[in-house]
Amino acid sequence: MKEDTFVYVTFIKTTAEKLWEALTNSEFIEKYWFGSTFETDWKVGSKIIETRDTGEPGFHGEILESEPPRRLVYSFVVPGREASKVTYEIASHGQMVTLKVIHAGYDKDSAEYKSTSNGWSAIMSGIKTLLETGKPLDKDSIYDLFGRLN
Amino acid sequence: MDKIFKALADSSRRKLLDHLRKQNGQKLGDLCADLDMTRQAVSKHLKLLEEANLIAIIWKGREKIHFLNPVPIQMISERWIKNYETRQLGAISDLKRTLEGEE
Repeated sequence: MKEDTFVYVTFIKTTAEKLWEALTNSEFIEKYWFGSTFETDWKVGSKIIETRDTGEPGFHGEILESEPPRRLVYSFVVPGREASKVTYEIASHGQMVTLKVIHAGYDKDSAEYKSTSNGWSAIMSGIKTLLETGKPLDKDSIYDLFGRLN
Repeated sequence: MDKIFKALADSSRRKLLDHLRKQNGQKLGDLCADLDMTRQAVSKHLKLLEEANLIAIIWKGREKIHFLNPVPIQMISERWIKNYETRQLGAISDLKRTLEGEE
């Protein structure tokens, strides 16, 4: 097994507070996370559970760090795979905010790695579109893109 | 967007991105060892790629670790590729890869 780290960065015309809200509000999340809902109170030590729009379970984990509106870390466990860790870092640069997502401890040689990696790009792009235009990316186009890239 | 295309318009910089795609998270020294370029040239190219947000940096102590950031390329794809075209395009690029013998 080979552990690897992946980093995704995007610049968004918004505030750190609004971005934090987009990352931690279940209604927002549903709009860019392929229709999934999250169950958690975002407090350190609490569980986080993803349910897909089909009703199937997604990933689950535990909130490891939570410093609004700057830093959020949780463990990321998909049944049958190695546990990994996701870190969100938010930094302000004038009227822009950078969102950096670091997905660490992932098994690069696993078959599922590629789909997860493409998923993150689509999620980041969706957050940016949602915050800058107020509208989510068309859900079908996200699915289509996701399917094509796999 | 100009910065992204400018950064991608150079074959050495695309080569650097290819290297990071193969092995993500490399130091300047690692990247220089694999490429036929001076350290200064690699460093300059990396700076341009970083400004275009095509690579992301994580500091490990005093060393920069470079990662391929696929988000801007994703956004280019979303901007110009329409919903109904994606499947056909996927099939065409699969065919091209098969015929040209790439994996």
